[in-house]
Amino acid sequence: MLYTDDGPPNAGRPMIRTPEQIRALEPPQVADSPCLVKVLEATRGLKAAGGEETPIIGVVMSPFSVPVMQMGFEPYLNLMFEQPDLFERLMRLNEAFCIQWANAQLAAGATAICYFDPISSSTIVSPEHFRRTGLQVAMRTLAAINGPVAMHFASGRCMPILDDLPRTGAAVIGVSMLDDLAALKQRTAGKMALLGNLNGIEMRRWTPQQAEAQVRAAIAAAGHGGGFILSDNHGEIPYQVPEDTLLAISEAVHRWGTYPLDISRESPSAQPLKDPRS
Amino acid sequence: MTQSEPVETFLNALLAMDRVAAKRTLEGSTAADARLDVVERLVVPSLERIGDLWERGEVSLSQVYMSGRMCEEMVDAILPPSDPGRVDQPPMAIAVLDDYHLLGKRMVYSVLRASGYELKDYGTVDGEALVSRVVRDGIVVLLISVLMLPSALHIKTVREALDRAGCRPFILVGGAPFRFDTELWREVGADAMAATAAEGVAVVRKLLDHLPKEYRS
Repeated sequence: MLYTDDGPPNAGRPMIRTPEQIRALEPPQVADSPCLVKVLEATRGLKAAGGEETPIIGVVMSPFSVPVMQMGFEPYLNLMFEQPDLFERLMRLNEAFCIQWANAQLAAGATAICYFDPISSSTIVSPEHFRRTGLQVAMRTLAAINGPVAMHFASGRCMPILDDLPRTGAAVIGVSMLDDLAALKQRTAGKMALLGNLNGIEMRRWTPQQAEAQVRAAIAAAGHGGGFILSDNHGEIPYQVPEDTLLAISEAVHRWGTYPLDISRESPSAQPLKDPRS
Repeated sequence: MTQSEPVETFLNALLAMDRVAAKRTLEGSTAADARLDVVERLVVPSLERIGDLWERGEVSLSQVYMSGRMCEEMVDAILPPSDPGRVDQPPMAIAVLDDYHLLGKRMVYSVLRASGYELKDYGTVDGEALVSRVVRDGIVVLLISVLMLPSALHIKTVREALDRAGCRPFILVGGAPFRFDTELWREVGADAMAATAAEGVAVVRKLLDHLPKEYRS
């Protein structure tokens, strides 16, 4: 792992150095991993403190996306396209661990699981490739998780695969600011809830007025009829975002996000800050 | 046949990851005096188009990556690294700061090499190691790839350390934080940003076109 004072830990050097190593791997056991046991203890503590009032979201990395950290992005793409038998074996290993880890968090008190799967996004693999690979992995994995799941694309696009996503069994999808939130809402209404899609990186420089405008635009685009959870679009708000901005977002949610909504569907989308290259 | 037809044929072969068809399109134009020309006429515009298509959400990163890698291999075959037919350029280097997510760097490296440039690949480095290598190698154009915001912010420290060392390379940055906050590159002291690998090539080409001769190799 790589640790830094000004952000969350990051993945260190990949542990799978050659694809052949995949043949000898076995899925780790949650109970044998002190850091995972610690997460479960924290989840139990949160559940004891929050009871049924506060939802607790457990997190797993999708079996289809975690190889970016296990073996590096380039070797993983090469594996995907050039060694389908080892790719398939790695998926089965990762699925076994992912299911075990998700269910352990649910058993410890997590209300739902967020299944991070950026590689399935159309930003990373083509929709056709997703249907042959990431979709199959998600369908098998989510079917064995004993609770509600949000499938999150970590700021990657999902519009081109939207019609495939209900088949995964996900109740919620985490969507990108690169996709049109109102169009996503129109196509998912009644099928899946949306989670998103504020720009957490740009948020660092928002004024309170900009924060309110962004929140209002997101609620106008996706809040009508329910089925919308306001969030950032990546699953991580940087440490550098000022607390005042977070408070301004919270105030804006209370002002504009209380049902029945006092906000028009036609409300113009908030524009991103200017593009200095243009 | 119109001028754009070979580009379309080459582009479609790349997106279909069809090495044979892509190679066949290039092979028509490999006479010694036309080797760099074919790179300019076919490879560079095709990779630029693929970069644009990715930015518009019409192709995937895996297609961009495979296209760059295929082009790099093909251009290496017709223009080996030491070939005098490659672009006349000053020392360039590329690095990933504080991160083992290397794909963005790999794509820029491939697309630059496929466009006839040579550059040193520093791999994953921390700020201190990056500064010492840039000073040691007399780097004139430095490309830095990052994935996470803290690494992007650390570029400012790299720039300040280079300034203290009396070294003023042109710094071109890329990676997710710069795509999601298009003001960020200025804040960290970079000279430019590129949203795609092909855009990176365009920035480098424009820079080199205006660079005084004494900076060239």
